Amino acid sequence: MTINTLAKGGWYREQMTCFRKMEKVIVAMQDPDMGMKMRNQRLLITVIPHAMTGRDVIDWLIQKYNICEEEALHVGGMLVRYGYIYPLKEPRSLVLRADETPYRFQTPYFWTSTRWPASELDYAIYLAKKNIRKQGELMEYEKERYSLLHKRINHTWDFVVMQAREQLRASKQRRKADRIVLECQEQAYWLINRPPVRSLTLHYSAVLYHTVLSCIESCRRALGRNRVKSSICLEGFVKFSEQYQNHDPIMQGCLPSNPWISDDTNTHRLERWSFSFMELLNDPIGRREFMTYLEKEFSAENLCFWQACEDIRHGESSKIIQKVEDVYKNFLAPGAARWVNIDSKTMDKTLEGIKHPHRFVMDDAQLHIYFLMKKDSYPRYLKSDLYKNMLAKAIVPQETKKSVFPFMRRQRHSSPSPAQAVTQVTEEDGRAMGAGKAGTNSAAGSHV
Amino acid sequence: MACQGLQKGETLASLKRECDNLKKKLEEERGKLNDVELHQVAEKTEVLGALSVKTRRVLKGHGNKVLCMDWCKDRRRLVSSSQDGKVIVWDAFTLNKEHGITLPCTWVMACAYAPSGCAVACGGLDNKCSVVPLSLDKTENLAAKKKSVAMHTNYVSGCTFTNSDMQLLTCSGDGTCALWDVESGQLLQSFHGHTADVLSLDLAPSETGNTFVSGGCDKKANVWDMRSGQNIQSFESHESDINCVKYYPSGDAFASASDDATCRFYDLRADREVAVYQKDSIIFGASTVDFSLSGRLLFAGYNDYTINAWDVLKGTRVSVLFGHENRISRVRVSPDGTALCSASWDNTLRIWA
Repeated sequence: MTINTLAKGGWYREQMTCFRKMEKVIVAMQDPDMGMKMRNQRLLITVIPHAMTGRDVIDWLIQKYNICEEEALHVGGMLVRYGYIYPLKEPRSLVLRADETPYRFQTPYFWTSTRWPASELDYAIYLAKKNIRKQGELMEYEKERYSLLHKRINHTWDFVVMQAREQLRASKQRRKADRIVLECQEQAYWLINRPPVRSLTLHYSAVLYHTVLSCIESCRRALGRNRVKSSICLEGFVKFSEQYQNHDPIMQGCLPSNPWISDDTNTHRLERWSFSFMELLNDPIGRREFMTYLEKEFSAENLCFWQACEDIRHGESSKIIQKVEDVYKNFLAPGAARWVNIDSKTMDKTLEGIKHPHRFVMDDAQLHIYFLMKKDSYPRYLKSDLYKNMLAKAIVPQETKKSVFPFMRRQRHSSPSPAQAVTQVTEEDGRAMGAGKAGTNSAAGSHV
Repeated sequence: MACQGLQKGETLASLKRECDNLKKKLEEERGKLNDVELHQVAEKTEVLGALSVKTRRVLKGHGNKVLCMDWCKDRRRLVSSSQDGKVIVWDAFTLNKEHGITLPCTWVMACAYAPSGCAVACGGLDNKCSVVPLSLDKTENLAAKKKSVAMHTNYVSGCTFTNSDMQLLTCSGDGTCALWDVESGQLLQSFHGHTADVLSLDLAPSETGNTFVSGGCDKKANVWDMRSGQNIQSFESHESDINCVKYYPSGDAFASASDDATCRFYDLRADREVAVYQKDSIIFGASTVDFSLSGRLLFAGYNDYTINAWDVLKGTRVSVLFGHENRISRVRVSPDGTALCSASWDNTLRIWA
């Protein structure tokens, strides 16, 4: 399901919808009844009419949209960044300040959406005007662009200079206040559309440039990958499906003892422990059984270490430092009570990492121990009497032809919500909760 | 174009050409190890008969389109979210509504159940993803305990907890995915690379558990490393927006559903698309996919109100499930594989088995 869909060249289209929305806000701000109160602002010796302070803008936004100050600052900031409101005193600082700093609305003639895209010619005329009006007034980056434009559109340069002179002459005939306002508006427009640094994302080609560069980089990386032959990979899927086929209830309609009522171990569940080490560890009962086996073999510290590392990886950020220290004390320090056997290279790297503990500092050591258990203890567990006895005593699930959903035609007991346990559910709790605690029999629900 | 842009413009064209050349080379490399097709390998497997799957439950209670749902690990509870801002936690077994949370925003497009079962995450048009702890006190206003964790600059389209309640992974219309620390709300890692809205993500079921896949409106499906934030692999073969991505149970592949009315299967080790699930009679876009427990079946929900079940290996359609009266927004197989839940714009959820 999509809310926004971008077609080719859609970046422009996406921006336009944003502009329209911002324009709605701007229009509302200038509403004679519900809009903002304007006042005259002093700029040096001239009085500029119809200006407002940053504080006014923020208060209006808070009141109108029922938002907090932070959000109002954020939204107002966007309006300034995209040129709908410009600062009078420091035109190059395109931020909204929540104080007495004066701002003015940009005239719709200079809205980015109206004049998209800003043309080379207009920019040349603007720079020429600035150059003529006050020699040497152009900033460094403006000087560079001016000379580049001069080379680029040299054929129309006469027109550019003529236009600039005409516009300057016309503006001299205006009142000083109006002239200053017009100059501010024009300056604000060009600051947005030809920013000195490529920081604003308005510049379409800058964005495209970036995208293409990152695409090239990821292609290069992809070319360097190791790939596996299709025949091997695809064979893997066939094998996986075959292995799990009997355990797929939707396909087989083959029932293990109803997992929704009891926590019995049945042969299917035990069989899955032999499919992969991950299956054994993921099943809480499997993990417990494996621990019991390791205790007999006096190598339980490996699983304890692995579990402690998992805890660090997935636990609360605030407790990481403490947990890493504990793990070091219990498992890694020389002479530790439950010292784990890691190769010296990994040990050195881990010890180095512990000096600056973070969430993944134990990863290498954990992986080493994981593979140790997987290669050594796990296969022996599968051959052990412990596992074999369990398998022999387990319940064989009923095989039925039709798909009988576990809770069809059975009493539906409500089971306690996991949220009832204050702390993490332990296996013992799990057993107690699962053992068909007789709750209320709910009324028959809708059945198809 | 600006004069600065003109300078870049010349290099931009040549960069684009270089990019296209690299893409062609990549396709060639990928093709080199393509020695057999999936349906050929699958010839020796038996043909699947039609599924005898029926609606077993209809969950009524939402007042508007149901946009998302997620199962709890206990295999009977689920959480669903809707366009009217309501999030409901159900016991699908008994049809009891256990919790109801009203959010101040509409279009709650993403919801997820925490692994512990003690909290849910939800988010959407408010550009945030919040975590709500589930309390059993019926009089307690759960919305008051809602905690904002993720903050994006556009709508949140998908969310999932990682292996614990402490970390949340989100994807958003702002084109990024992000990993958050639930306790502090801190941004742990952000993932940049999509050039349009990201609509879906899924965590990999792997031994090391450090990758996830995302799909978006730029027609790309990207695989990411959660720790470094890097884009490891990228697939671009769909012809329209990718609405949903889901890993194959072994973690070696994933499937995607798209507005181009196809679902596709990508192998991560071979690094290419290995199957396309399409039919001339299927015209409307697919919005969601999920695998059955063995990975043999792929359930896909479409905008023409149906759910199609595909044989993943042979590439053929096994069954069609009718019943919903509007678009399917989400299908999810229960954690033990016994049932399929579908959420729809017809305001209901159905359990099939």
